[in-house]
Amino acid sequence: MDWTRILTNVVGELVAPTTAAYALAAIGLNVHFGLTGLLNFGQAGFMLLGAYGFAISTIAGWPIWAALLVAIACAVVFGLVLGIPTLKLRGDYLAIVTIAAAEIVRIIGRSTALTDLTGASSGLRGNSYKESFQALSPFPDGNTAIGPLEYSNNSSNSWWIRIVGWVLVALACLLVWRLKNSPWGRVLKGIREDEDAVRSLGKNVYAYKMQALVLGGVIGAVAGIIYVLPRAVQPDSMGRPMTFFVWTILLLGGAATVFGPVLGSMIFWGALLLIKSVMRSTVPAEVMGTQQIEQFGWIVVGVTLMLLVIFRPQGMLGDKKELAINAH
Amino acid sequence: MRPHVTTDRSSRTGAVLLALLLAALATLGALPGSAAPARAAIAECMADASTGCVNGTLRTAAGEPAVGVAVTVEGPAGEVTVTSGPEGRWSAPVDEAGDYTVTLDESTLPPGQTLRDPAGNPRVVTVRLGAAAGALFPLGPPADGAGEGPDAPAPDPGDESVDTGGAGGEPGLDTSATGSTSGGGVTWERVAQQALAGIVFGTLLALASIGLSLIFGTTGLSNFAHGEQVTLGGIMAYLGVQTLGLPLVVAGALAVVVAGASGWLQDKFLWHPLRSRRVGMTQQLIVTIGLAIALQYTYQFFFGASSLRIVTATPESIRFGGVFITRTSLVSVIIAAVVLAGVAYFLVATRTGRATRAVSDNPALAAASGISVERIIRIVWTFGAALAGLGGVLMGLYLNATAWNMGGTLLLLMFAAVTLGGLGTAFGALVGSLVIGLLVEMSNLVIPSDMRYAGALVVLILILLFRPQGILGRAERIG
Repeated sequence: MDWTRILTNVVGELVAPTTAAYALAAIGLNVHFGLTGLLNFGQAGFMLLGAYGFAISTIAGWPIWAALLVAIACAVVFGLVLGIPTLKLRGDYLAIVTIAAAEIVRIIGRSTALTDLTGASSGLRGNSYKESFQALSPFPDGNTAIGPLEYSNNSSNSWWIRIVGWVLVALACLLVWRLKNSPWGRVLKGIREDEDAVRSLGKNVYAYKMQALVLGGVIGAVAGIIYVLPRAVQPDSMGRPMTFFVWTILLLGGAATVFGPVLGSMIFWGALLLIKSVMRSTVPAEVMGTQQIEQFGWIVVGVTLMLLVIFRPQGMLGDKKELAINAH
Repeated sequence: MRPHVTTDRSSRTGAVLLALLLAALATLGALPGSAAPARAAIAECMADASTGCVNGTLRTAAGEPAVGVAVTVEGPAGEVTVTSGPEGRWSAPVDEAGDYTVTLDESTLPPGQTLRDPAGNPRVVTVRLGAAAGALFPLGPPADGAGEGPDAPAPDPGDESVDTGGAGGEPGLDTSATGSTSGGGVTWERVAQQALAGIVFGTLLALASIGLSLIFGTTGLSNFAHGEQVTLGGIMAYLGVQTLGLPLVVAGALAVVVAGASGWLQDKFLWHPLRSRRVGMTQQLIVTIGLAIALQYTYQFFFGASSLRIVTATPESIRFGGVFITRTSLVSVIIAAVVLAGVAYFLVATRTGRATRAVSDNPALAAASGISVERIIRIVWTFGAALAGLGGVLMGLYLNATAWNMGGTLLLLMFAAVTLGGLGTAFGALVGSLVIGLLVEMSNLVIPSDMRYAGALVVLILILLFRPQGILGRAERIG
């Protein structure tokens, strides 16, 4: 077994753009679930809308800041549309509605009726929208190696997307950290713990929940952009499984913590790659094919999620006293 | 504490219900192809000195492979029927040169697909020995059709569109002919055809969603892994028929038993301990999601990601006036209706059934009046899972194929159905399923068919907006 190669790959996975995108999406979900107690099972819908908003407006020739605004606007509208009917209902209704709404976005996105706009199920090719992002890079073209990791400076899966992705993650962490201890954040935590108590203090619970839903959704939309910049916008790769992985990441790291989502994302992707690489080099192909090892990895994810929620709902960094998942 | 009489009577009703399920399955024997399960001949034809090939690749309008389409090649060497493989590829070997008539069986096309050029089917190709002749059948809206565009993607194992088929197997696709005469694309025949498909789909959906509704009613759990119970039924039937070579009836009955057993085991080893530990409902909901992920990939691990055809024979269709229905669908619907009637009888007229409704209504009150709530929940899990399994078997036959994600895609439709009917009420699930079934199929008439599930989900959101307790539910459930 070639440990050097495997460990290099795992280290590469820890800083990969995908890891950053999932961390960012989990931070958004943390605002929903960790701070406010909202069961949003449609985070992939926010991400997909952000990706579509950014890619389609860039393809239409808009500058990058306008495309970013379009993505954010999509998430805001989606959050409002979801929130208006459901935030007054019990938690699991929000779960069903958000999961359904995310599916609606995906089904419409992959529909052949919108092929001109969204490219239907084959999606939008990365090269059609990543130019404006790459043009912003201050680095010269070429490759750079830092330690064992070598990536191109600007194109596709580059250092540039890594730097931007992780800077955004850091900013989002900072934001959550400030919000958590602000008066606004304390109201959210109050809503999570006891909605009626907060209402009796004269707070408009509905408005606070809506603000949290929209804010977390916007962070999710930005995560969607980071996710699609090194690849393509493919609606089917951003369906329910993505939402569930974001949840696993959040619960793994610890909901209601600042660094939980980041740690969760790194461990999730790092451990998954480690398990798969080790199995690929140790398990003979007759026992388990490459495809089966891939699927085995996801089975491990599912079982991990179950065990986590049952035995350690506060995750790695969380405080069991602070977060009672069943506040509602 | 618990009166013995109740136990005896309830285990008897349980046995009666099980017998009813099995009896209903016995009717499956009437299905075609159940006696001798035929394997699809997907082996690629190799052209050599004594063999010529006719081949082609079928892709849907969306560019995805069209799987399981039957193509008949007829000519000097006799008649060969082949079906397209996972890549949409088909090839038929012939051992004599000459002109062959190639006929594509339109009733085996993936749901919603039509030939772009209906006049090109059947067609004649010239075959030489030692060479391959191509016969391409482009799919898509008929060139002369008046924009009715039924262009749903084919079952694609890689994504979640495997069950885009409601009209699966029914020659509702034949409507390309009637539709093209109408101009608007909506004719009474099409309406009737879609309504029939909707009723079939709704009835099968009801079978699958009753368990979801009753589990919610008795335990308060939104079970996101219920779809995997449906898949389990379909996959077990596939395993029985295609791998073990059992007749369809036996395989179907076994699948239902396995599904029921899985429900029992799940409650015994997972959900009952969680309830005893007082693990909250939200936590349990996330556990069901973890379970769903683990099960989906376990199915993929053992059976791969492609669609699995339980019965490979081409279903024959029956005509009633202006509408078609395949024999498989007809028998499936009869079975489903019989079983649903049995469930209704069980809930209304038997002691255990009344206890179930009591627990569903108010567990604390039910417990106080001497009903063993945990025992009722065990029964609900077992029979809910068995019904879902039966739903999976029939749905797999109706959609022409099953796959690891069949249930997962139906899950949200099931949620829509039970929410529409009123979460926790068994009859609500029935009514809701029929409405959702009709809605999904009828919406085909006005929106592109690959968006029709989205229509049902929009309805789900609208119900929650205006009448969250559903048609038959009561307001207090919504908290």
